[in-house]
Amino acid sequence: MHVPDGYLDAATTAGTAAVAAAGVALALRGSRRELDERTAPMAGLTAAFVFAVQMMNFPVAYGTSGHLIGGALTAVLVGPWTAVLCMTVVLLVQALVFADGGLTALGTNVTLMGLVAVAVGYGAFAGLRRVLPDGRTGVLAAAGVGAFLSVPAAALVFAGLFGLGGVADVSLAAVAAAMGGVHLLIGLGEAAITVAVLGAVLAVRPDLVRGARHLTRSAGTLAPRPEAAGRPRTPNTTAPMPPAHPAAEQPALIRTDAR
Amino acid sequence: MSAGHAHGGLGATYVPGDSPVHRLEPHTKLVAVLGFALVVVLTPVHAGWAPLAYAAFLGLLLVVAAVAGVRPGRLLRGLVVEVPFVLFAVLLPFVSRGPRTEVLGLSLSENGLAAGGSILAKATLSVLAATLLAATTDPRALLRGLERLRMPSVLVQILGFMIRYADVVGGELRRMRVARESRGFRARHLGALKVLGPAAGSLFIRSYERGERVHLAMLSRGYTGRIPTGPVAVVGSRSWALALSLPLAAAAVLTAGSLLG
Repeated sequence: MHVPDGYLDAATTAGTAAVAAAGVALALRGSRRELDERTAPMAGLTAAFVFAVQMMNFPVAYGTSGHLIGGALTAVLVGPWTAVLCMTVVLLVQALVFADGGLTALGTNVTLMGLVAVAVGYGAFAGLRRVLPDGRTGVLAAAGVGAFLSVPAAALVFAGLFGLGGVADVSLAAVAAAMGGVHLLIGLGEAAITVAVLGAVLAVRPDLVRGARHLTRSAGTLAPRPEAAGRPRTPNTTAPMPPAHPAAEQPALIRTDAR
Repeated sequence: MSAGHAHGGLGATYVPGDSPVHRLEPHTKLVAVLGFALVVVLTPVHAGWAPLAYAAFLGLLLVVAAVAGVRPGRLLRGLVVEVPFVLFAVLLPFVSRGPRTEVLGLSLSENGLAAGGSILAKATLSVLAATLLAATTDPRALLRGLERLRMPSVLVQILGFMIRYADVVGGELRRMRVARESRGFRARHLGALKVLGPAAGSLFIRSYERGERVHLAMLSRGYTGRIPTGPVAVVGSRSWALALSLPLAAAAVLTAGSLLG
């Protein structure tokens, strides 16, 4: 999926580079709303996570394997603007350190896997969230559909770019059919992984899923941080005796943490 | 990270050394490699002299590799990322339109042959250049170089934390895989996602919580969003000239080709 150097002609490459630069500039502005003082390092950790998970291959069909792009997943986890920044950084590292994806094609790759995948994935997610019933299942279904759509969408935009500025004279329909077909399958894998990851995170730390924050608030199940959980307990310590079984307190604490 | 974490991680591509190429300031190398890739991409596909120019570019890269003491095996391993695109390029002569020609009894498109060959050549050259950059520049030096080239500070921060933690998160992933496989798990079909998905989920939680702890520790030690790196080295015109000799030589080849060819 990473486009190498020399695949598209100079005009298309320059065009996508301009689109990518504009998109990243917008994301830098937009992310100020999502990133508070502690989240720039968090975004770095998220980028490291996306990078690590992309190394985790899953079998697709006929012996081929695919891996996560992660655009939709990241957008639901940390918000769309920050997701664009994370994907950009991941692609930059892949180009600079692993020569995966050309340096001059970095703009193309950021446009495809950063902007298109995140925009389509998060757009579908946000749209479906309004239609689907509120709750865990609704969030997971919306994220799954978003993730599924993001992959063939990025592939089709690539096919379009190849038709516009490819160096070979191939019929656009053939490229679109080939790219679209394979990436529908990969999209299924992307959706499955996205739903599984989100399900696991929602079960343990729902407050880390930005796309489902309202959920944790409205249901009043926002997992309290340990220090926050400790505060309301202080009045209780005025009781003359410490609890006879300190261990008896533990399960309650664990339950609030794990919800 | 220590050498123990290096295998498979971000540091794995770096070959420590003390050659003139290693000693160049990272931002000059970044500019040089980008310039070289631009020249390669701008070489016209259908010109008769294009194969000669590609050969000359390859020669230039091999000279740099020799000066930097990067072994051929390392360069070849860098080429592995290209494999999917080799397949695509091999398909092009079959699916392209236009006049056809007979090669070994197969009807191939002339246009597709030229395009496929040139895609392969260009991608290979720029992968080799990037491999040389990664082999002679530590990831943290790359970060410093990008910072000096005025990359926005939020991106520098994200990239910095990613470089610092890629090996840690990757190590976590590796330990989880060892644990899975020692319980008899093998990814055979799509059903494997039922296991891999939650594993990735807990990887995210572990990474994020680790980040929270480390970030709090950093804040309490006075972190303001920038890691002090000491005074920036003054880069003289000589080291710029040395770094830019690669793209300039490539540009000379390109100019000679278009004038003489």
